[in-house]
Amino acid sequence: MANITRSPWLLHYDGSSCNGCDIEVLACLTPVYDAERLGVMNTGDPMQADIFLITGGINSQNQATVKQLYDQMPNPKVVVAVGVCACTGGIFKECYNILGGADTTVPVDIYVPGCAARPQAIIDGIIQAVELFQKRSDDYKAMVKEKKRRG
Amino acid sequence: MNMGIVYAIAYIVLAPFVGGFLDGVDRKISARMQRRVGPPLLQPFYDIVKLFNKETISVDSSQTFLLLTYFVLMLVTGVMFFSGSDILMCFFVLSTAATFLYFAGVITSSPYSSIGAQRELIQMMTYEPAVLLTCVGFYLAAGSFNVNEIASTGTSYIFRLPGFFVAFVFILTIKMRKSPFDTSTSHHMHQELVKGITTEMGSKNLALFQITEWYENVFLMGVICLFFVNGSITGLVISLAVFLLVYFLEILIDNCCARMKWQDMLVITWIVTFFTAGVNLVILMVIR
Amino acid sequence: MASFTVPFLIIFPFVSAVLSYCTRINKLRNGMSYISSVIIMAVTGLLFVQWCSQGAAVTEIYYETHTADRVILILEIILAIYITVLSFRHRKYWISLLSIGPTGLIVWFELFGPGLKETARIRIDHLSMLMCLIIGIIGSLIIVYAVGYMHGYHHHHRHLRDRRYYFFTLLFVFLGAMYGFVLSDNLLWIDFFWELTSVCSFLLIGYTHEPVAISNSFRALWMNLLGGTALAIGIVYMGFYSGTVSLHELIGLGTGGVAAATIPIALIAFAALTKAAQMPFSTWLIGAMVAPTPSSALLHSATMVKAGIYILFRLSPAMAKTTTGNMIAFIGGFTFLITSFMAIAQSDGKKVLAFSTISNLGLMVACAGMGRSETIWAGIFLMLFHAISKSLLFQDVGATENCLHSRDIEDMHGLLYILPRLAFFMFIGIAGMFLAPFGMLISKWSALKASVNEGNIIMVFFICLGSATTSFYWTKWMGKIISASHLKETQFRDITKKNELISLWIHAVLMITLCLLFPLLSHVYVNPLIEEMFGFYSDVLPTQILLTLVVIIGLVFAVPLLAFLYSRKMRKTYVLSYMNGVNAGNNMKFIDSFGEQKTLWMSNFYFHKWIGQRKLMGPSQFFAAAVLVVMMSMIIGGVRI
Repeated sequence: MANITRSPWLLHYDGSSCNGCDIEVLACLTPVYDAERLGVMNTGDPMQADIFLITGGINSQNQATVKQLYDQMPNPKVVVAVGVCACTGGIFKECYNILGGADTTVPVDIYVPGCAARPQAIIDGIIQAVELFQKRSDDYKAMVKEKKRRG
Repeated sequence: MNMGIVYAIAYIVLAPFVGGFLDGVDRKISARMQRRVGPPLLQPFYDIVKLFNKETISVDSSQTFLLLTYFVLMLVTGVMFFSGSDILMCFFVLSTAATFLYFAGVITSSPYSSIGAQRELIQMMTYEPAVLLTCVGFYLAAGSFNVNEIASTGTSYIFRLPGFFVAFVFILTIKMRKSPFDTSTSHHMHQELVKGITTEMGSKNLALFQITEWYENVFLMGVICLFFVNGSITGLVISLAVFLLVYFLEILIDNCCARMKWQDMLVITWIVTFFTAGVNLVILMVIR
Repeated sequence: MASFTVPFLIIFPFVSAVLSYCTRINKLRNGMSYISSVIIMAVTGLLFVQWCSQGAAVTEIYYETHTADRVILILEIILAIYITVLSFRHRKYWISLLSIGPTGLIVWFELFGPGLKETARIRIDHLSMLMCLIIGIIGSLIIVYAVGYMHGYHHHHRHLRDRRYYFFTLLFVFLGAMYGFVLSDNLLWIDFFWELTSVCSFLLIGYTHEPVAISNSFRALWMNLLGGTALAIGIVYMGFYSGTVSLHELIGLGTGGVAAATIPIALIAFAALTKAAQMPFSTWLIGAMVAPTPSSALLHSATMVKAGIYILFRLSPAMAKTTTGNMIAFIGGFTFLITSFMAIAQSDGKKVLAFSTISNLGLMVACAGMGRSETIWAGIFLMLFHAISKSLLFQDVGATENCLHSRDIEDMHGLLYILPRLAFFMFIGIAGMFLAPFGMLISKWSALKASVNEGNIIMVFFICLGSATTSFYWTKWMGKIISASHLKETQFRDITKKNELISLWIHAVLMITLCLLFPLLSHVYVNPLIEEMFGFYSDVLPTQILLTLVVIIGLVFAVPLLAFLYSRKMRKTYVLSYMNGVNAGNNMKFIDSFGEQKTLWMSNFYFHKWIGQRKLMGPSQFFAAAVLVVMMSMIIGGVRI
């Protein structure tokens, strides 16, 4: 199976967060942490992304958008929720408009806690996501092969 | 003629590796300029492998077909050039290839992709005069449009065509989609264009686009080398050195400049074309 | 043999015209139009075969035809009277002067002028035969198309009086005049047919009798009559100084460097500029677009404007390396560039076609002005491909307008999914105008090479810039046709008639065949034409280019086809296009910031503010007029540069 762990491309979506986690996500790309040395790119385009990075909670307005962006990403794909808001709804959990964490809308694979999540934690989350991404890719390949064999 | 076939096959086989490696170097140097560690040199190849291993997604059924045509016509351009055929014809086929890229961009009617495609079209209009004038310059210097004859006359043309060289390097920034003029795609994240003309290209389509870009870059570098070759080994070494220098220059420009509006791009490029290639052309034609 | 087919081709269309005028039953006249156009096409073919069987040599007939001369003189006087009456009726008194003056001059010259050498009235060679084939095939097809189109036209424009009999009469008169024009060698005959085509064009532009149409038609009239005046003066001057009114003898004199030939050649070339709608005179062709589409296709793009080009090609050996040649080449190149800019700013389909027609004619004029064998070679191919693809495009835009009730390019968004057949033809037509491997490309290649050889720096700039802008507006249009569209939901019916489709199909097939047979055509027909014209023959197309060209032709047809077949087999998952995740279920609608559904509308770039017609037309007309005046005065004054 092809090794695809060295090129994780991100789609970063900012839900109803306080922007703290967003700043930290961007901090990962700065010279201090330089996530690009791991092949990470922030694409901003779901068609080209492998990892869906969500910061902030889900509210009734952005739910459809999150769902759609997730659907537009090609398989295999991994979802990472960054920060407590994306994990559970966090401090906004009881607000009238908040539905909860990202897992209320899309299947979340990796939870990165923190308020705001530290860059080290985010990079760690991405590394874990990459391993999952490789596994899914292998599974997906096997599935396609199986399908082809059966005709 | 036989050597031509060897060169053409070498181009088909090696160009993606050379192009990909140059891309890797580009990313590494850019990172170092920004005081980052940067990705490994082979990062572009990792990306391509990954893209080929993903599910094929598409917005419009015809997009893949248009991109494939773009890819093959680009290949034809390079093969024609390296096998020593007519240089003006090469650029005509190149512009036909670019037309197919435009079609691949607009066929989805997606807003970002369409805007990117239209800017791509403006870029085509911007660089075409300089490209045609460069061909004319070679014709004036060598008496032929034929690449083989141009390459084998035994003199470097750079001394007679300095203006054309500057004009060509200038439009190279547009063709290589480097920063002040990367109006149709954006390599850097979070811009108003999303990913410009490539917005609707995912997985295999994007990989195809990327490989085509590599082929194109190698072809363009070939044209740069054509200014310097004179049939001897020294000429070859000098042309390779200049080619690396020009490539570095493009990376430097990319990292120094912010994107321009397309209006400025059009006006500046045409002015530069006239004052470099144009002046050189007038002088060449007068002293002939 | 030719002494039968030639007069038949000239006279038969006039007979058809009279019959059309007398027949007021539409169905009957339609049938007659079909039959006439088939006969015209067949006889043209017959003439071609006869001429080929006689070795494709220059054929001259009719040395002493004083009766015909007198008939033509009388007809010319009648024409002048008709124009005078019309200009008085519409209170454009001064225009009548442009008709009375030259006609009077010609009449006086013919009755009281010096004795002229008897020369052949009719002369058939490669160039005139090529023009005959273009007129015969494209002209007849357009008449077939017009039968269907005019039916739909009057169906949609109920406020207009149905004067179809008049329309077809004019089309046939025009065909006859064109045949007369390209086959004649006697300049007095040429002058008459020249005026006749001008009048046909004038009447067809004013067909609808709407105020805009009337004013545009008079603009076309005065500009063309101005050219006619120059032509008449040139003829009379030549008659006095060299005692002959034969066109090919004039060219012989000009090529030999006889000073007396300089002024007539310059005047005739000036007349050709007005007919080919070159720069100071371009506005008449733009205004002519108010006419029904078949007349735009036939007169204002495929044939009549080519009359100017035809005469310039004829003159080109005599114009090479003279002030006249430089003037013509400059005006042509300038027109090519500046109108291709203006074409970018147009969104009306027919206007784009009009501007691109002027622009392409400009390139042909420039080719003629440079007067080298390579440029004429390029110019012939430009003319041929332009005639077919423009005729196809005009007809197709007309048919599309009947279906969509609009000819705005913005409304053709996604035409491929709404009216697939018409979009397909449009695609072929546009591809023929600029894409590799169609003829335009190789012509551009040759023209560029020749202008470098000539040392014509300005032409090199004109071609390099002009080809960039030309591909811009065509590609933009093509992209519009294939874009996915929300208009898919609205139902438009393809109401294109069968006869329209026949014409479109034949044009498309002809286009592709010519493209495939291009190298052969160059070898068999165009090279002999060049040899006949210049007396020597240089291989314009070296073998290597020819080989490359064949490869490109093969690839550009094969690659998209193979790619299409391959990509169809690929397994794909379809997703929505990227609109920041707010698509409303499909790619055509999105949810805006107020939570409401909006329809997406994509539009092209036009740059009205920078390069619109209003911005550029006035200054460039002024500039071109100044160049013309200065250079004409130099020529007349005998200044050599």
